[in-house]
Amino acid sequence: MASTDLTKPAEAEDHAPGAREDVAGLEAGLDALETYESERTPIWRTLVSKVLPPALAIAFLLLVWQIAYWAEIKPDYALPRPLDVWDAFMKTWREGETLDILWVSLERAAIGFVMAIAIATPLGLVVARVKWIRAAIGPLLSGLQSLPSVAWVPPAVIWFGLNNSAIYAVVLLGAVPSIAQGIISGVDQVPPLFIRAGRVLGATGLLGVWHVLLPASLPGYLAGLKQGWAFTWRSLMAAELIAASPDLGYGLGQYLNQGRDLGDMPMMLSAVFMILIVGIGIDLLLFSPLEKLVLRQRGLLVNK
Amino acid sequence: MSQTVHEQPVTAAATAVDAARTARGNDDAYAVRLSNVSKSFGRGGAPVLDGIDLTVKPGEFVCLLGASGCGKSTLLNLIANLDKPSAGTIDLKSGRPALMFQDHALFPWLKAGKNIELALKLRGVPRDQRRAEAEKLLALVRLDTAYDKRVHELSGGMRQRVALARALAQSGDVLLMDEPFAALDAITRDVLHDELTRIWADTGRSVVFVTHNVREAVRLAQRVVLLSSRPGRIAREWTIDIPQPRRIESPDVSALSIEITDHLRGEIRRHGKH
Repeated sequence: MASTDLTKPAEAEDHAPGAREDVAGLEAGLDALETYESERTPIWRTLVSKVLPPALAIAFLLLVWQIAYWAEIKPDYALPRPLDVWDAFMKTWREGETLDILWVSLERAAIGFVMAIAIATPLGLVVARVKWIRAAIGPLLSGLQSLPSVAWVPPAVIWFGLNNSAIYAVVLLGAVPSIAQGIISGVDQVPPLFIRAGRVLGATGLLGVWHVLLPASLPGYLAGLKQGWAFTWRSLMAAELIAASPDLGYGLGQYLNQGRDLGDMPMMLSAVFMILIVGIGIDLLLFSPLEKLVLRQRGLLVNK
Repeated sequence: MSQTVHEQPVTAAATAVDAARTARGNDDAYAVRLSNVSKSFGRGGAPVLDGIDLTVKPGEFVCLLGASGCGKSTLLNLIANLDKPSAGTIDLKSGRPALMFQDHALFPWLKAGKNIELALKLRGVPRDQRRAEAEKLLALVRLDTAYDKRVHELSGGMRQRVALARALAQSGDVLLMDEPFAALDAITRDVLHDELTRIWADTGRSVVFVTHNVREAVRLAQRVVLLSSRPGRIAREWTIDIPQPRRIESPDVSALSIEITDHLRGEIRRHGKH
């Protein structure tokens, strides 16, 4: 069978025309057999399975609260009825202040969050990809994550004064480490095969970062952003609550603080719930859909 | 050897190859040339590859065959410039060689068509030509309707065909394949052998195909190179003139497979003796 004649190439081209169609037909059959259409779940089922359980849980908690009120576990200045809290909320609402208060805090959170992303993204990339930098500040970054950012409020106030700079400093110190950590673990989880495949295609250096590394680490990055948002919001509330000053505007933290000064428990609780609802709302409306979209596109989200 | 050139429809790659051949004289014509290539990992580590001399001619289909530890994949990585040889030189006639992996390595954040367009973009194809070019390549692997498909929506065989189309989107005329069909079922693999033979004939690429499957090597290659293991050295070569398209179960393919398998087993047995 061995022969010295090197090449008799491309007899392939002159084989019977029927043979090619045969392979094409066979291939089409295989393709059809091996692909499955996935069907989407109808909306009503999503409502029943996703919305109903938490709604019931909230209703149950409100009921427990109401019962605790009836049982007079605490005097009613300390434990008002759910309805009293609702009234306190509606009072602020009717005075037209609610949206202003929310806006002051949300604007700050948005600015702080965007700044945190701008700092944390390159920082995380560098730490993830450069060995000695990682050895140097990697542990510091994860350590900072476990430091409650409220601890930064007193020093920040002394460094920057009672102003927005102090608040942003606290927010950044809270959010940057968790976003950076997110992108680091996102990059760590990128299969080396993608990097090699990218290099083969010519995506080296910054092209590789842009076309392969960043998109491949997107799921981890999004998880980091989600956590970063939670840290932003938390840090901001801590800062607003402690660093209360007329120059700082009237945000949710200050609203809560005023409730404390007035000894107005319904007002305090309505502030707490608004903080909670904004935190959850941004997560539900922004990050969760984004995360799901990315995972679904990559076939990583299994519909059960 | 001038008569060995394909009488196929002349593609851009084939034209370039012809030009190169005329310029350098026929004996000099090569797509990939390895001279005395060795590779060891770590300082003073045992060599994985030792003194490999291998010339792949333009448009030639070479299968590298060997047991585990023969450094087949390492050799492809060296040719693909993903790693540097410890000694020796590797010459490539044109551009960056394309490399196909056992795993499709398609990017799951891009649709099938966009995966191919990314390869075109990185090669410098202008934006307005990419879509048409990608669709042409998809048609070449008979996946005309897959442009908008997500990677996870495709079957294993379809993914490898998209990966092949992406590899063909690269400019170099050398296609390196690292056991690309090893993870597929036997039926799909047979079909892809037919497809690869057809596409190779149509595009005039030089192919270096790594496998540990003797029949696959005999089914596909014009030349089979058997590597010994630890260190990887060229143990033997076979030139195959069974006309294409071959069938993997044909008597000719079987007979040669048996012969090569015996040699391969001999190579493996040597390692048990000391």
